[in-house]
Amino acid sequence: MYNYVEDGDSKTTAYVEGDQDKYEQFMARIEAGEKIEADDWMPDEYRQSLIKLISMHGISEIMGALPEKEWVPKAPTLKRKLGIMAKVQDEMGHGQLLLRVAEDLMKPYERTREDLMDDLLNGELKFHNVFHMPTKTWADAGLVGWLVDGAAIISQTNMLDASYGPYQRALQRICQEEVFHAQHGEAIIMALAEGTEHQREILQEALNRWWPALLMFFGPASKETTGSSKQDVMIKYKIRKSTNEELRQAFLDKYLPRVFSLGLTVPDKTVHYDKAEEKWIYQQPDWDEFKQIIRNKGPRSKERLRLREIAYENNRWVRQALAPETVEV
Amino acid sequence: MIESAEQAKKNSVYLNALKELLYQLADDDFIISFRGSEWLGLAPHIEEDVAFSSITQNTMGHAAMYYHLLEDLGEGEADAIAHDRKPEDRRNGIYLEKRNGEGTYLEEPYYDWALAVVRNYFYESFKKVKLEAIAESCSYKPLVQIVNKVLMEQTYHLAHWKLWVSQLQQAPKDAKERIENRVEEAWDEFGDVLQLGKYANEMVEQQLMISEDKLKEMWTKEISSVLVSYPEKPLGNKYGSGREGDHTADLDQAIKTFSEVYFSDKEAVW
Repeated sequence: MYNYVEDGDSKTTAYVEGDQDKYEQFMARIEAGEKIEADDWMPDEYRQSLIKLISMHGISEIMGALPEKEWVPKAPTLKRKLGIMAKVQDEMGHGQLLLRVAEDLMKPYERTREDLMDDLLNGELKFHNVFHMPTKTWADAGLVGWLVDGAAIISQTNMLDASYGPYQRALQRICQEEVFHAQHGEAIIMALAEGTEHQREILQEALNRWWPALLMFFGPASKETTGSSKQDVMIKYKIRKSTNEELRQAFLDKYLPRVFSLGLTVPDKTVHYDKAEEKWIYQQPDWDEFKQIIRNKGPRSKERLRLREIAYENNRWVRQALAPETVEV
Repeated sequence: MIESAEQAKKNSVYLNALKELLYQLADDDFIISFRGSEWLGLAPHIEEDVAFSSITQNTMGHAAMYYHLLEDLGEGEADAIAHDRKPEDRRNGIYLEKRNGEGTYLEEPYYDWALAVVRNYFYESFKKVKLEAIAESCSYKPLVQIVNKVLMEQTYHLAHWKLWVSQLQQAPKDAKERIENRVEEAWDEFGDVLQLGKYANEMVEQQLMISEDKLKEMWTKEISSVLVSYPEKPLGNKYGSGREGDHTADLDQAIKTFSEVYFSDKEAVW
């Protein structure tokens, strides 16, 4: 699961002077629907946008395993234990698949996975806003599967025809598995919604808790909201098709009727569908808070990063044993 | 050959020995899978996280199948058997319940990869010997059918941990010593895993299992082809025998965690 996180303007120019012919050929290829492969010529802006997108996506899959991991050992039945174990294992697998794609793109810059891990720990590489949030009950585990993965399906299927071949192919597999994840989440939610008073209470509490983060999931509607946005570059290079707001509307279209049909509410009294404008009206989340969250100042940012840091430091001896010739810095 | 749960229930000697064997198989897999699930996201690299969590998930699946066999024998619902039994009723080997290291899986988890490697290697090599004995000569058909499926996956689990132990015991000094120290420790604690508990004789008489001596002999043969060095002394039962219901505070912590949500509302359907 993941979505593109907006943070910081890119100062990259599209291509180096003198490469105009190559650039025009490149644009003609993607306009014609051809796929770009790892060894093909590509403009720096394209490569850097992809590195940023895919490394963020990959690391978000890995960091995204941590909130759900909190509930893996606690899952209440054998069936749920198996389901959530399979789901979180998939997420780690997605992370690995995507980091391999990012590694190939980073080769010209002589950067490796170790660099990405360092960037994550020093705050330069962001992970998705939803994975900074706390999980307080088993209902959060269900909600993450149902709505966070549901949101991820919407943003990722939007890129299923992405112009970069290795990413596009990885997404095919990831999206298939995400559909299973959303079903897993939905099954947990249905059991809670049809369950005891206590179960319905923890479900509603979880939805209230996650609502602003779910709206933030797709990023701000425009550059004016947070001071930066790369959605236009992504669309120009045919990496994605729709804007952040279009994706958010698709999410609300799909899930709000389901939320209401389960007898649940969202913590926003203004939410309604405007027939004339053909869109959902909702109260904007606090985008300043969003900026804080993705700068690792969210409710659980420090704790989650600390887990990765411990895993990294505590297992250093293992990496050294496997590659004794590597000089540790 | 006993074909079904109904048939097994007709002979109380057979039934008691069979249930004891199933509790051992189920509880061993359940607790080691639980310890594996605590490792999620903390393994030495991402590829290992993917592989380890896959093994952990398979192992939980194996436990679930054995708990369902117990359910068929009238022991209650599989979920209740897994989540709602007192420590003294649990039959897992004590070494398998040992904490992964300092800290908890949520905070400051200073887990030891050498313990994970040695424990999982010891366990999977034991599991292979025990399951192969069941596949070859066990008289309870529903169990043999499940064990044949489990063995297909388990072969890869054992191969995985065998590779880890082989690599690390041949690595430079630090890693080698860490593995050796954990092997020493395991030697003092692994003994009860190889025991069959209070119905050991009945298990053999009813053609459910091979004898403890045979099991130990085959396991020793299995590990001696892989471990570069291991203690000369006999295996120990430092904390007693899990097969007899002895357990440590580490199991209490495990039960508290894996049953937390289950206990929060026992009437609920989850």
